[in-house]
Amino acid sequence: MTPLKNIRNFSIVAHIDHGKSTLADRLIQSTQTVADRDMKEQLLDSMDIERERGITIKANTVRIDYTGADGEAYVLNLIDTPGHVDFAYEVSRSMRAVEGSLLVVDSTQGVEAQTLANVYQAIDADHEIVPVFNKIDLPASDIDRVAEQVEDVIGIDASGAIPVSAKTGEGIQETLEAIVTQLPAPEGDPDATLKAMLVDSWYDAYLGVIVLIRVMDGQLKKGQKIKFMSNGTVHHVDRIGVFRPQMEAIDVLGPGEIGFLTASIKQVRDTRVGDTITHERKEVEPLPGFKPAQPVVFCGLFPVDSAQFEDLREAIDKLALNDASFSFEMETSAALGFGFRCGFLGLLHLEVIRDRIEREYDIELITTAPSVVYHIFMKDGSMIELHNPADMPDLSTVDHLEEPRIKATILVPDEYLGDVLKLCQDRRGIQLDLTYAGSRAMAVYDLPLNEVVFDFYDRLKSVTKGYASFDYQLEGYREDNLVKMSVLVNDEPVDALSMMVHRDRAEMRGRAMCEKLKDLIPRHMFKIPIQAAIGGKVIARETLSALRKDVTAKCYGGDATRKRKLLEKQKAGKKKMRQFGKVDIPQEAFISALKMDG
Amino acid sequence: MAEDWEYGGFGIYVHWPFCAAKCPYCDFNSHVRPSVDHAAWADALVEEIDKGFDVVGDRIVRSVFFGGGTPSLMEPDTVARILDQIAKRFRQTNQIEVTLESNPTSVEMGKFQDFRKVGVNRISMGVQALNDSDLRRLGRMHSVAEARAAFDIARSTFDRVSFDLIYARQDQTLAQWEAELTSALEMAVDHLSLYQLTIEPGTVFGTRHARGQLRGLPSEDLGADMFELTQDICEGYGMPAYEVSNHAKPDAQSQHNLVYWRYGDYLGIGPGAHGRVTTHGARFATEEERMPEAWLNGSRRIVTENLTQDVQAWEMALMGLRLREGISRQRLEELQQRPVDQGKVQHLIEIGLIESDSERIIVLKQGVMVLNAIIPELFDG
Repeated sequence: MTPLKNIRNFSIVAHIDHGKSTLADRLIQSTQTVADRDMKEQLLDSMDIERERGITIKANTVRIDYTGADGEAYVLNLIDTPGHVDFAYEVSRSMRAVEGSLLVVDSTQGVEAQTLANVYQAIDADHEIVPVFNKIDLPASDIDRVAEQVEDVIGIDASGAIPVSAKTGEGIQETLEAIVTQLPAPEGDPDATLKAMLVDSWYDAYLGVIVLIRVMDGQLKKGQKIKFMSNGTVHHVDRIGVFRPQMEAIDVLGPGEIGFLTASIKQVRDTRVGDTITHERKEVEPLPGFKPAQPVVFCGLFPVDSAQFEDLREAIDKLALNDASFSFEMETSAALGFGFRCGFLGLLHLEVIRDRIEREYDIELITTAPSVVYHIFMKDGSMIELHNPADMPDLSTVDHLEEPRIKATILVPDEYLGDVLKLCQDRRGIQLDLTYAGSRAMAVYDLPLNEVVFDFYDRLKSVTKGYASFDYQLEGYREDNLVKMSVLVNDEPVDALSMMVHRDRAEMRGRAMCEKLKDLIPRHMFKIPIQAAIGGKVIARETLSALRKDVTAKCYGGDATRKRKLLEKQKAGKKKMRQFGKVDIPQEAFISALKMDG
Repeated sequence: MAEDWEYGGFGIYVHWPFCAAKCPYCDFNSHVRPSVDHAAWADALVEEIDKGFDVVGDRIVRSVFFGGGTPSLMEPDTVARILDQIAKRFRQTNQIEVTLESNPTSVEMGKFQDFRKVGVNRISMGVQALNDSDLRRLGRMHSVAEARAAFDIARSTFDRVSFDLIYARQDQTLAQWEAELTSALEMAVDHLSLYQLTIEPGTVFGTRHARGQLRGLPSEDLGADMFELTQDICEGYGMPAYEVSNHAKPDAQSQHNLVYWRYGDYLGIGPGAHGRVTTHGARFATEEERMPEAWLNGSRRIVTENLTQDVQAWEMALMGLRLREGISRQRLEELQQRPVDQGKVQHLIEIGLIESDSERIIVLKQGVMVLNAIIPELFDG
C-alpha cells in the first residue's frame, strides 16, 4: 500500500493527433515501466483499430514508479482517455477517478475543439491542470501563440507550461517532476470502511470480467467479499492488481490507488460503471455515480450474405460483452432480411463497431442510414422513441415530433469561417456565439443532431481543408416540423432508405436522393422510376433509363470458357446487391445516397 | 441414351498462329515470325489429329475450320496433310464443310486454287472495311480494290464465301455504315460476319483507349442504332441474322460455328486452341499452350477441365441464346438438373426480350442487344 502523499493520479487531455499517446509512451519508457525491448508505439492502444486510426477508444491505465527530485518514491497512475467526442462519456468517468490532468496542446496547431471539450470536463472534475506544449522539435512550433490561446480560449494560466517533444524526449523529465510537484495527492482514509469507485470494466476470455477501480477509502484485498451497491450483488475477490500496463498482481490496494479486481463476474452488464464498491456487510455513503451512456445514433446492420445472420448475432453478442454503451435489437427488413438495429454513442463508435465486425469476424455488412432518436408525442398523450424511420406510426395518430439538438463548438481559421457558417446555416443551425482568438474563430451553434450525424464532419473537413475542429454535446429535445420521407424504386418502397427530414428541406433532400440513386443503381433491362414521397405524395422523381446495349460481338469455340467465367463473376457481383422487387440495388447505395454534396 | 454433345454435332478446329502483321484491335492468339518451319508444323498438327481421335474415338466429322492467325499463309500441302489425316481416322459427312480464313491480299489469291484442290470448300475473308482510310486505321495491309478482287476470285473458286466487316469504328456515322453495308450486300456474298468494334485489353487499341487516346468511338446509343440498322438492312437483302453478329442466305450458315453455338463437341488443335470433348460419359474443356514455339516443342495440352453439369448448362445457354433459333428448354433443365425459374422467364417475356414455351427459350431482337444481362437472369438462384 502506497502512502497517500506519494500517489499522483492523472489523465491526459488532448485533441486527436496532438501526441497524447506518444507522450504516454515516453512517460512509460523513461521510467523503465516497460523494458525497452517490449516497447511499441501507442502502447496503451491495444486494439488494431486504435493503432490504425491513431485514436484511443477504451480508457487504459498504467502505473508508473517514479523517484522524484526530492528522493521520494512516487506512484503515478495514468488513465489514458479517448479523445473523440463519441467517447466523451468514457472521458468524463475517467476524470472522476483522478485529481489532475496534463493538457497536451500541439504547439504547431494550437487549441482545438476537442481540447476544449475535454479540458472543460477536467475543470468540471476539479482537476489541477498542467499545460504541456508538445512537438517543440518541429519548425512550425510557436509556444507563445499557443500559450496565449490557452489563456484566452480556455482561461487557465499557461505560465508554468512545459515545452515538450514527445518524439525526442525533451521535457519528459520536467513533465514527470511537474506531475509530482504541481498535482495534488489524493485524499482518503486507509482505516475507514472500503469504498471504491468502479471506473470501467471489460471482458477477458481467461479471467472473466475485469473491473478497473479507484479506491477512495479503506483497503481492498484478495479473498474479500465485496458488494456492488447499485444492485447489492456480492462477489468474492479472486485477484487484485495494477497495470504496468500488463496486469500485475499485488496484495492490497489502499486509498488513492488505481488497480483492478476480478471476481468471477460473467458479464460486463453485471457491473455498472460509476458504481460504489464496499465490503459485503458494510454500508457507506455511495459515490454520486454516473449517468449511463445513451446511444444517440442508430442504424441497421445486416449481413450481405443472409446465411451469416447467426454469425452476426454471435459477433454482436461478443462485442456487447465488452461495450455496455452499444445497444442492439433484432430487426427484420422487407428488403434486407434479418439483421440488427444498433445504437451507438456517435458515428465514430458506429464505424469502429462495424469495422470490428467486418474484420474480426469476417462478416460483410450492409449498413443502413444512421438515424437519431426522435420523440414522437401521440395524440393519446403517450410518447414513443423512434429509432428507425421505417417504424414511424401513422401520422393521424401523431400530435408532434421532437428531435435531439446539440451544441456544437467549431474552431476554424478565419479564411474558412464563411464556409463554416454557411454549412451550419444549411443544416438548420442557430448561431449561439462567435468569438475570435488571434486568427482563429470559435463558432458555437445549436444544431439538430440529425443534420450532423451523417456527413457533417466530412463536409466540415472538406470546406475547411481539414483545418476546422469540431466537438459537440447533446442539449436535449425540441419540437420541429419533421416528416418521414420514403423512397420508391420501381414503385416498391425501400424501407432501408426512408428517413426523417424537416418539411422545408424535404423536396431538396428528395431530389438529391433520387439523383444520387439514379447514379448508384446500375441500369437494368427496363426503365426504373425512382421517387421520393411524403405519405402518398411524390415530391421528387427521376427515371433511370433502360440498358440499351450489352452484348458480346464475337463468341466462338475459344471464347466459351472466358465468357462463362465473366458471367459467373457478374452473377457473384449481383449477389452483393439487394433485390427490391425486380431491381438490384448495390449495398453502397444505402449509405452514399444520403450524403449531401452541398 | 444420346449424349448432350450430339445436339450440336462434332467439328475440328485447327489454329494457325502466324500473321504477317498484328492488327491493333485483335486479341486472338497470333504471332509474327520471320520464318516458319512448315514441315514441322504439319507433322505436329497431324500428330494432334491422331491424339484427338484416340480420345473421342469413332465420330462423324461435320466440319473442319482453319482459323488463326492467318491460315491462308499455310502451305496448301500442310492443309492437305491435315485433311488427309482427318479423313483417314474419322468418318465424315458427305457435305463436310471445310473453311479456311483468309486475308484478301494478292499473296493469298494465288493460293486459292491449291486450297480448293486439297479440300477447302469455304473461304472466310477478313475484309473488315470497304473504305481505304479506315482499313489503314484498322492496321490492315490490303486496299478495298484488292479485297474486291480477292473476293471475286474466291467466289469463282469456292462453293461458299463469307467475309467479315467491323463496324462502329472511329468516327463512323450511321449513314456511312448504311452505305458501306449496302455495298457489301450487293456483292454476291452468301454469309457475312458483322462485328461491332470491341476494344479488348492487351491490344494496341486497348492500350490507347485506356490512355484516352482512342477518339471518335460511338456512344452506346449510336452503337445500338447501328446494330438495329444492320439487322434491318440485312433482312431486306435476304440475309437475316442467325446469330448475334452472323448473317446468311438460307442454307449458307456456317456449319462449323453452329457446332459451337449449339454446344456440340469440338477438337481444338494448335496453339491456344480450345476444345470441348465428351469421353467416358464426362465432358472436358481443353486448352492448348499459346506460344507457338512452346506448343511445337513442349507439352501442348495445358488445360483439361472436367465440366460440371452446371457449367455445361451455363455454356450451352450462353452460346445457344446467341442463335435466332434459341435453346431447348428441356436440354437446359436436364443439364442443370433443375427447372428454369419461371418467374424470371415470365418477367423477361413481359418486358419483351425473350419468348419461351415449354420447348424453347428464344431471345428476341430487342433482347439480343442486352444478351449479357439476360443470361445471368436465367441462372440466378
